[in-house]
Amino acid sequence: MAYDKFNILTSTAVPLPIENVDTDQLIPARFLKATERVGFGDNLFRDWRYNPDNTPKADFVLNNPVYSGKILVGGKNFGSGSSREHAAWAVYDYGFRCVVSSFFADIFRNNCLNIGVLPVQVSPEFLEKIFAAVFADPNTQLEVNLPEQTITLLATGDKESFDISSYKKDNMINGFDDIDYLQNIKSEIQEFALQLPL
Amino acid sequence: MSKTLFDKVWDAHVVRKIEGGPDVLFIDRHLIHEVTSPVAFLGLKSRGIKVLYPERTFATADHNTPTINQHLPVSDPLSANQLKALETNSNEYGISHWGLGHQKNGIVHVVGPEYGITQPGSTIVCGDSHTSTHGAFGAIAFGIGTSEVEMVLSTQCIMQPKPKKMRINVTGSLGRGVTPKDVALFIISKLTTSGATGYFVEYAGEVFEKMSMEGRMTVCNLSIEMGARGGMIAPDETTINYVKGREFSPKGEAWDRAMEYWKTLKTDEDAVFDKELTFDGSSIEPMITYGTNPGMGMGISNPIPDAEQVEGGVATYEKSLKYMGFSEGQTMVGKKVDYVFVGSCTNGRIEDFRAFASIVKGKKKAENVTAWLVPGSHIVEAQIKEEGLLDIFNEAGFTLRQPGCSACLAMNDDKIPAGKYAVSTSNRNFEGRQGPGARTMLASPLVAAAAAVTGVVTDPRTLIQ
Ligand code: SF4
Repeated sequence: MAYDKFNILTSTAVPLPIENVDTDQLIPARFLKATERVGFGDNLFRDWRYNPDNTPKADFVLNNPVYSGKILVGGKNFGSGSSREHAAWAVYDYGFRCVVSSFFADIFRNNCLNIGVLPVQVSPEFLEKIFAAVFADPNTQLEVNLPEQTITLLATGDKESFDISSYKKDNMINGFDDIDYLQNIKSEIQEFALQLPL
Repeated sequence: MSKTLFDKVWDAHVVRKIEGGPDVLFIDRHLIHEVTSPVAFLGLKSRGIKVLYPERTFATADHNTPTINQHLPVSDPLSANQLKALETNSNEYGISHWGLGHQKNGIVHVVGPEYGITQPGSTIVCGDSHTSTHGAFGAIAFGIGTSEVEMVLSTQCIMQPKPKKMRINVTGSLGRGVTPKDVALFIISKLTTSGATGYFVEYAGEVFEKMSMEGRMTVCNLSIEMGARGGMIAPDETTINYVKGREFSPKGEAWDRAMEYWKTLKTDEDAVFDKELTFDGSSIEPMITYGTNPGMGMGISNPIPDAEQVEGGVATYEKSLKYMGFSEGQTMVGKKVDYVFVGSCTNGRIEDFRAFASIVKGKKKAENVTAWLVPGSHIVEAQIKEEGLLDIFNEAGFTLRQPGCSACLAMNDDKIPAGKYAVSTSNRNFEGRQGPGARTMLASPLVAAAAAVTGVVTDPRTLIQ
């Protein structure tokens, strides 16, 4: 599934200053029973967001109308746990296009890149700055500039650059995915398969 | 140039390197299950492409299956639909399908090795993070997302940057009552849940050399819980004896060729790792977790650490203890246990049930404990019966369920109720992992057995004759 193109995203952000946010929080296993990729956003952070009787938990950030936007800002080691791409789908389906943290779990980062959600890893200090700015003023605008590989707090001009491989960057800017690439080199793959050690 | 075991296997599978990007990696064996594959098949359909090598993919249903009355229709319509989708997709694309009720059905990471699908030197992926289990055979094995499942189905390749390399040595020998699970929980407690992120781990040293294949699988299985992409152990006599004669293992001349190749699969003496750690095996105690990630573990006789002693934010730590209903400084021994779960791809193999039996033999299940014993596969189930373990369990008041992932992720009905405490041999103690509100303490089958017969957290060393 080729995805949306990503260039420059300017948005307010939703702050979630919790460390080790794992995939079972992002989307609990009991919501993995679908055979299509629809509706996962409704269950993003299900058990932090809703009480057992399905009423919203007022103190959870997604239920606080003050915070909104296409950027989710999380604590260190975001997305640890399971390989379920459903976690990234839930983030995307809810409306986020970018997740910012000071550290990402590997598989989650990969899954995000594969579906068009940009993981932006910043320094712990910059992460603190973002949290402070957003808590002080929920209307704080962040600019994520993929071509330049920078993230900026627009009010103050505070800026940091982030890493992404040039291959993945091109993919995201153009909305290509890995399957497009692999399909194009299929004959090379088939030749390779003939000379495997076993 | 000198190479590590990991380099040797990885480099042999690189189809091409992309400048400023990932490697295109050829995948020898692909395992799929009902939960993370349906959307990948939909992707194939919408693009109008076929499965390139259907004989390299194997399907089993495990995550979402009941563990009692498997002969009856699955009652949850969503689960039934997912199981049906796996069957239909497998049949349509010519993939071996070991569905519910099939003799070969079981947890994907248990049946892969049992049937010889898992082999030294191969690359193995599955849409499940504990695919790292197969690294026990000297394979590169790791979990992937659904987009990557689609890549492997359509081209037998995925695109991955080559991870950094770490070696973890555990020297000496293990004390009484200390199992491979304790070794893994110990390492994770030292490294934290993100300490190995970006790395592929090789486990080396006497402790692993002496370990059985089952034990090695337990250790490699848990590599992901410290953030590593995977973990592996060089193949040796123990590995070869395990692989020999299994259904999908090489035979005849192919076996001889494989043996020659497998012998080369070890880290060269002067090869360099990006990071290397060494622990003393004799310092490891039976472990238990007290928090909501697998890094929050400690020797069972220790008190719960103070927030200042642990790495990471105090707020996150306190949130975690609050969820568990524990406080800093408390000891775990003596805490009440409501549920005991023995199973999963971490500890659902025959050795785990033997260990459990060694403690419960001649005793009685504590009345306050509900115990779920879930074998990882039909082979394990049959072994439990053949070896007389089932009789020991029944006499002690335990019953055996049917194979599946069960309470490891609680997608089926095997959910620990909110607020209840479970000693679990599985791999994750995240909030709600074993059911909304469930409180999980991860431990070895011996610790699980000790809890099951005493009704409280108990040091198994006090019960070993
Ligand atoms: S037992 Fe648990 S970890 Fe293992 S495959 Fe099943 S759900 Fe995944």
